Amino acid sequence: MAQIFHRSTNLIARASIYGAVLIIGGLGYALYAIALSPWYTEQGLERQQPVPFSHRHHAGELGIDCRYCHTSVEQSSFAGLPPTQTCMTCHSQIWTNASMLEPVRESYRSGQSLAWTRVNALPDFVYFDHSIHVSKGIGCTTCHGPIAQMALTYRAGTLYMSWCLDCHRQPAQYVRPRSEVFNPFYEPPSASHPVMFEGKEFTDQLALGRLAVKEYKIHTLQYCSTCHR
Amino acid sequence: MDLEGSQNPAGAAPEPLIRPGHTFETVTDKISSIVLTRGTTPGWVFGFLVGFSLLMLLNLVITLLMVKGVGIWGIRIPVAWGFAIVNFVWWIGIGHAGTLISAILLLLHQRWRTSINRFAEAMTIFAVMCAGMFPLLHMGRPWLFYYLMPYPNPMWIWPQFRSPLVWDVFAVSTYFTVSLLFWFVGLIPDLATLRDRAKNKAAQIIYGALAMGWRGSAVHWYRYEFASLLLAGLATPLVVSVHTVVSFDFTIALVPGWHSTIFPPYFVAGAIYSGFAMVLTLAIPIRKFYRLEDLVTDRHLDIMAKVMLATGIIVAYGYVMETFMAFYSGNLYERYMMINRLKGPYWPLYWMLILCNILIPQALWSRRVRRSIPALFVISLVVNIGMWLERFVIVVVSLHRDFTPSAWGMYTPTKWDWATYAGTFGLFFTMFFLFIRFLPMISIVEVRSLVHETSEENTHS
Repeated sequence: MAQIFHRSTNLIARASIYGAVLIIGGLGYALYAIALSPWYTEQGLERQQPVPFSHRHHAGELGIDCRYCHTSVEQSSFAGLPPTQTCMTCHSQIWTNASMLEPVRESYRSGQSLAWTRVNALPDFVYFDHSIHVSKGIGCTTCHGPIAQMALTYRAGTLYMSWCLDCHRQPAQYVRPRSEVFNPFYEPPSASHPVMFEGKEFTDQLALGRLAVKEYKIHTLQYCSTCHR
Repeated sequence: MDLEGSQNPAGAAPEPLIRPGHTFETVTDKISSIVLTRGTTPGWVFGFLVGFSLLMLLNLVITLLMVKGVGIWGIRIPVAWGFAIVNFVWWIGIGHAGTLISAILLLLHQRWRTSINRFAEAMTIFAVMCAGMFPLLHMGRPWLFYYLMPYPNPMWIWPQFRSPLVWDVFAVSTYFTVSLLFWFVGLIPDLATLRDRAKNKAAQIIYGALAMGWRGSAVHWYRYEFASLLLAGLATPLVVSVHTVVSFDFTIALVPGWHSTIFPPYFVAGAIYSGFAMVLTLAIPIRKFYRLEDLVTDRHLDIMAKVMLATGIIVAYGYVMETFMAFYSGNLYERYMMINRLKGPYWPLYWMLILCNILIPQALWSRRVRRSIPALFVISLVVNIGMWLERFVIVVVSLHRDFTPSAWGMYTPTKWDWATYAGTFGLFFTMFFLFIRFLPMISIVEVRSLVHETSEENTHS
C-alpha cells in the first residue's frame, strides 16, 4: 500500500506543535500591541478644528489662564467650552480681519456656536468630575499633557481605565501644590528644580506627593461605583 | 457494590462483558464498518436533520437574543436566574458520567467501561458545549465573555476572584479541555485503524492526519497507556470538583434554599445520576439501531442501572437532609422555603421531582426491571426529567420567594426559553450524529482487549 503522507509530514507535524504556540502567542501579543497603539487609541492625534485654535499661542506664549476660557472647571464636572463672546473679547480688537478667524466672526454675527471637535471624550458610562480633581491638586497638564506646547490640540493619554487607575492607585506620584494646578509649565520637583510646598522645599515628587495626599485628604478611590455610577 | 459481579447465583462464572464468539477481526470489522462501509443511511439522515433543525432554531434564538437582549426570556427580578442556569447545571451534570466512566473507572480497573466509554466521553464533550453556552448567553453581552478571563488588559483590573462565577469559568474550561484531550488521545489508535481501512483518499488523509502518525509500535503503546493514565489522573478530581464549583454558585449566596453545605456532594451525586441516565438514553437506541448488542450487552445496561440506583439514593438523602435541616435549623426563612417548595405555587414540580428522582427509580432494585430494555429506557428518561426539575426547583423556587414578601414574584418561561433549551438539544444531537457517523463510537482497541478475556471465560465455563 502506498504511503498516504510524504516523509516531510513528520517534520511539519513536529513543527506545528511549536508553530501553534508561537502563532497563538503571537496573535495575542499583536492584539495587545494594537490595543495600546496610538493608531487605535488616537493618543497624540491632532484634531482638525473649524478654527485652528492654538493652545501653544494662547496658554503658552500669551499666558492666558486656563480658567479664562474653561470657566466652570473649579465648580463643575465639565470644564466648559468658551462661548464665541469670550474669543471676541480680544478678537474684536486684534486680528479683526484675519481670514483664519472668519468662522469666529460668523459665529458671533449669527449666534450659532462654533462646532469644535471634541478631543478628550470619556464614554457615557464613566462619571468624571473636573472640580474635585482640580481642588485636590491634580494639574491640568497631569491629564491633558503639555498643553502649552500644543499647536493643534491632541489627546495626551489613552483614556483607558488603566490610565485613570494609575493615578487613583498612587496619587502621590502625580499630585502637585494647589497653587500650581493651572500652571501649564509646572514641572515636578527634582534636585535641580525644587518646588515649595507648605513652607518646605521639595526635590522629590514622592515626598511632596505623600505630604499633599495627607494635606488635601486625597482618598485612593477605587470602587467601581466611584466612576461607574 | 460489586458492579462487576453479576446477579448469578454464587459459584457460577460471571457473565461475560462482550458476547462470546468475537475475535480481534470481528470486533474491528463490526465497529469500523459503521463508519467506513455502512454509508449514510436514511435513519441517520433523519436523525441528523431533526438535530440540525433544532440547531438552526438555536441560531435563530441567539440572533434574537443579540438583537433584543435577555428580556426575550422570562427572567424578571426576583428570578434573574431562570432557564439559562437551570439548563447550564443540567447539561454540565450530564457530562459527569462520561468523565466518571473514562477516568475513575479506568483507574479502578472496571473493565465494563470499555464498551461505553467512547460515546460517554463524546456525550460529555457535547454536553459541556451545550452547558457552556447558557452562562455566556445569560450574560447579556456574550461578546464580552473574555472579561471573565484574567488577561492583561488596558483596564488594569482582574476578574473578581471571590466570585463563584469566575470559579465556574475555570472549572468548566478545564473540564472541557481535559475531556477533549482524554477523548482525543483515546481515539488515536482507532483513527489509525480507520486510516488503514479507509478506501477513499480523502478519508485516508483526514483520519491519517488525526491519527498523528500512529504506527502501533511498542513505544507508541507505552506512551499511549502512560498518557491515558496521566489524563485519567487529571480528570478524576474533575469528576468531583466541577459540579462542586457549580454548586458553589448557589451555596455562596445567602438565598434560602441555596445556602447549604450539603450542596457539593449532593450536586456531584446528582450529576453522575443524570449522566448515567443520559448514557442509558443514548446507548439503548444506538445499540439497537447499529446492532451492537453483543458489544454493549445487557450486562452493561444492568451495571449502569445499578450506578443510577446508588447515586439516586445519595440524591434522595440530599433531599431528605435539605428538608430536615430546613425545619431543624429553626430559621424562619429556611423553613418557609421548604414549605413553599412543598405547597407553594410551584408545588407540582417539587412532587414530580420526588416521583421522578426517588420513587420511580426504586424499580431498579429488581433485576427484571434492570434487564428489561424498555423499562430501563423509560426510567432513564424519567431520571433526566427529574434531574432537570431538581435544578428548576433549586433555581427558580428558591429565588421567587426569598426574605421579603414585597419582593416576591413569579417566573414563567417564555417560548424563547423553551426554544433555547430545545436549541441546545439541536447542538447536542447534531454533534452526536456527526460523531457516530464519522468516528468509531466504541473503542476498538479497548474492546479488543476484552476478546482475550471472554474467550478465557468461555473455556472456564
